[in-house]
Amino acid sequence: MSTIQETAAEAHPANIDVPSKKNMGLGRTASWAMLIVLALLPLFVRNFVIFQMTMLLIYAIAVLALNILTGGSGQFSLGQSAFYAIGAYTAAILIEHGGVNYVLTLPAAGIICFAVGFLFGFPALRLSGIYLALATFALAVAMPQLLKLGVIEHWTGGVQGLVVTKPDAPFGLPMSQDMWLYYFTLVVSLAIYIASVNLLRSRSGRAMMAIRDNEIAAAAMGVDLSIYKTLAFGVSAGITGVAGALGAIAVQFVAPDSYTFQLAIALFLGMVVGGVGWLPGSLAGAAFIVFVPNIAEGISKGLSGAFFGVLLFVVIYLVPHGARQGAIYAETLFNKLKRS
Amino acid sequence: MSVLLSVHDLRAYYGQVQALHGLSFDLNEGSMTTLLGANGAGKTTTLRAICNMVRSTGAIQFEGKPLNGKSTENIVRLGIAHVPQGRGTFTTLTVEENLQLGAISRKDIKAISGDIERMYAHFPVLKQRHTQQAGTLSGGEQQMLAVARALMLRPRLMLLDEPSFGLAPLIVRDLFNILGKINREDKVSILVVEQNAQLALEIADKAYVIETGRIVMSGNAKEIANDESVRKSYLGY
Repeated sequence: MSTIQETAAEAHPANIDVPSKKNMGLGRTASWAMLIVLALLPLFVRNFVIFQMTMLLIYAIAVLALNILTGGSGQFSLGQSAFYAIGAYTAAILIEHGGVNYVLTLPAAGIICFAVGFLFGFPALRLSGIYLALATFALAVAMPQLLKLGVIEHWTGGVQGLVVTKPDAPFGLPMSQDMWLYYFTLVVSLAIYIASVNLLRSRSGRAMMAIRDNEIAAAAMGVDLSIYKTLAFGVSAGITGVAGALGAIAVQFVAPDSYTFQLAIALFLGMVVGGVGWLPGSLAGAAFIVFVPNIAEGISKGLSGAFFGVLLFVVIYLVPHGARQGAIYAETLFNKLKRS
Repeated sequence: MSVLLSVHDLRAYYGQVQALHGLSFDLNEGSMTTLLGANGAGKTTTLRAICNMVRSTGAIQFEGKPLNGKSTENIVRLGIAHVPQGRGTFTTLTVEENLQLGAISRKDIKAISGDIERMYAHFPVLKQRHTQQAGTLSGGEQQMLAVARALMLRPRLMLLDEPSFGLAPLIVRDLFNILGKINREDKVSILVVEQNAQLALEIADKAYVIETGRIVMSGNAKEIANDESVRKSYLGY
């Protein structure tokens, strides 16, 4: 049976509430303001905060990747941690065993993860909605154990993992390693963000969103469901892989248990908090998963999990559409102020 | 008149359930043919089987060439546009993007914007709303959009699945008038599936009546409309 026959037989597409494509990006003023904040802030804070901001950007890339898959093509994934892990290990192995320059490990991780994601997309074609979520979840659960396998231990370092050397700033630039890595990550994030917004605005992006909105109608227009669904998986996995590689370099360490399904759930959470289908929200979603656990811990060490839950509940209750909703409020308010 | 679409002994299945039991009919080039029948008779399934959206056996020929085994997207490329049941609006995309999607399998990208303008001439309401999210249109407007989107393919044959569903009678009348115009002026052959038999028989040339996956009656649309016993037993008016 072809993909469309499966769909026609079941015909209950998951309804995903997404913004119109016009709102896929961020307004020009807001974009520049955000970029300036991101570019200048590291000059005024400690190295540890810079490191946290680097992680923020890295998670934002991973959340954005999931957003392309779910917000773009309407497919769920609770297995993004697996692609993140493959990207991280690709970078770590290439740097430590292959002596490859860290910059080159990013495209390598991206290409490998694209291939893995694309291949995983084929069995995923048979599944939709919650079933697909469960299948990807299985991938996330399996990944840490696969990484511990004895056969590849020589390369992966088994349970011990691998230590990765942090790169110095090039050309003798007078900045710390952390700061250099932050700016490097910022440039990569920006490139990925711009490319993603353009992807969703292209003909291919339109085809993906047509599938998300109505699979049967998309097929009736002559959209090749198999190609676009697997392509969305591939692109999403590839971008997640780049995030994983950056993560490995920033943390200077990879180990199987850093990439459990908890990471996948966190990324999913980031997407929902940021607003499904709204790419700039990825940054807000990433901020939530990086900083809110710390805030919860600040409230109570013993009950940090419970407080995290309460905070999450508050966010979902107050702004069910995530940061996108907040942005719309802010925009309305801003326009009102401008007029008065 | 030559036969554009011929369907012979079509059987279709949803999993284990058989929905069509050996359906056969022809559609002539340039004609407007209607398939009538009650809920669950197999009308939608027939259209889906033509586009290979459900598992089916039997011979389907378009312009004398078999469609069997071709994927949905390749069938669409031959010039068969399908307006699916429930309109199939891409709700979060704009009206214009919906129209562009109708032409997504076309190679002549430069001609597409001209065709969009032609659709706006057919359906002025779509032009007024071209930047609006398609999900915010009224039911009638969405049906206009679905028809316009299908025409963006520049089809030889258009399959319409219950275009009157959920629309006010006046709007239905409008829509059918436009369909008639498209059929005559743009030379698009039309296969329309309807529950509103009275209206469909008024504008179609030829009609087939389906009951539980079989053709039980066929003929000239006017004759069927005038045959009281057929009307009473199958069409319910």
